[in-house]
Amino acid sequence: MTNTTNTPIALKLPLKREQLATLRAGDACTLTGAMYTLRDAGHMRLLNELHEQGKLPYDLEGATIFYAGPTPPAAGRPFGAVGPTTASRMDFAAPELHRAGIAATVGKGVRSQAVIDACVETGSVYFVATGGAAALLAQRVESGEVVAYDDLGTEALRRIVVRDFPVFVGVDAKGACIYDLD
Amino acid sequence: MDTTKIITKQAVAKAVYQAIPDIACVLPCDVKRSLEEAREAEGDTRGALVLDQLLENAEIAAHDHVPICQDTGTCWVCLEVGPDVCVPGDVFAETDDAVARAYTEALLRKSVVRDAFFDRTNTGDNTPAFTDIHFSEMPGCRLHVLLKGGGSDNASRVVMLAPGAGKQGILDEIMDCVRHKAANACPPLVIGVGIGGTFDKVAGMAKTALLRPIGSPARDERTAQLERELLDMVNATGMGPGALGGKTLALAVHVNTAPCHIAALPLAINMGCSAMRRATFEFNAETGEFDRIDTKAGE
Repeated sequence: MTNTTNTPIALKLPLKREQLATLRAGDACTLTGAMYTLRDAGHMRLLNELHEQGKLPYDLEGATIFYAGPTPPAAGRPFGAVGPTTASRMDFAAPELHRAGIAATVGKGVRSQAVIDACVETGSVYFVATGGAAALLAQRVESGEVVAYDDLGTEALRRIVVRDFPVFVGVDAKGACIYDLD
Repeated sequence: MDTTKIITKQAVAKAVYQAIPDIACVLPCDVKRSLEEAREAEGDTRGALVLDQLLENAEIAAHDHVPICQDTGTCWVCLEVGPDVCVPGDVFAETDDAVARAYTEALLRKSVVRDAFFDRTNTGDNTPAFTDIHFSEMPGCRLHVLLKGGGSDNASRVVMLAPGAGKQGILDEIMDCVRHKAANACPPLVIGVGIGGTFDKVAGMAKTALLRPIGSPARDERTAQLERELLDMVNATGMGPGALGGKTLALAVHVNTAPCHIAALPLAINMGCSAMRRATFEFNAETGEFDRIDTKAGE
């Protein structure tokens, strides 16, 4: 039975693996706490650093990566707009990052079988946020600061603090996928 | 030649500069209305939640004048020139400057790299713009500005079918693209389809189809019927808003057809996301400037 009612499951970041194990594809959730934005160019750099150092840099162990590149600050908020980008472009990096300790990712669209397998193997989860709801999502962001790769502009690694950030479970830790639900 | 019918680079640049912040922050009227109608019709819990979020998002963006989507796109500027209008070859010479100023001042995202292959450094001001000029039998001059997101363009495709593939081959290819790529393109979608022309022209035909307002079927009745058939098929998948389940995966399917080679059946599918950010202007010969002729939400 999936939770699609108006009372989403409230999750605190960083996420606990025991709690991730209870989530099911299709569950509506909210995220509160710190996560990290990173997308295409940043993933290539992060993989290089992981290979060089043998572990995740920047305190990313157990962290959640939000596939996003925000607009500049506006309307008194850290970003005028920030929303999910297509997750499949990061499929090349996600399995390795999950095995290195990334607990969850947030994006939009379907994932490869390799990513789903890595979620099952490591007890990780992929969340889906609504693509195109970036002004609404930006209202749920309390702060944002660049951690690394500042020269990439919008593609830099940023630590952001969110409150009641709305998502659905896209791929759960058992490998079920929201896009396959009837 | 009447000198007031010369389209200047300054007139184009001014319209582009003034239009971009509004296009990025306020949905066109037809798109907003269509999303509202989809919400009224939606029975699926997740689909309804996605539409609620998109409609609330549109309100927040318009009220706070912040971008509807963080992907404020590449900027496509298209001039549609009638027989009574004169266009100098440098008509887009100031367009990049207008785009750079607009994206920087309006705090929009810069999403363009210098070269796709050799230098993927961000240009830092969202230039260059992507410009086109089309010649039309309709008098006067229209200017179209479209902010196109990367996710929906990535979900698009061009296929050179064999003529024998026929209508079924076209339907199959479109539905294959929809099933595999629609979830990445931020539905509910506006789907532009081009059939005919040549390899390079067909993609432009699909893209131009996105400019047509939702609720305006093709003038040709056979094309309009094909559009209805395709829209029904796309929405019958049950993929719905956000591709998370429901009635409305697409708000509209717009088709453009054209002549082609005896050996060819070119097909292009250009996905447009729920944030279909576009504006159309008409050249005003008295002022020498462009006036916006479509309406944005709230007007």
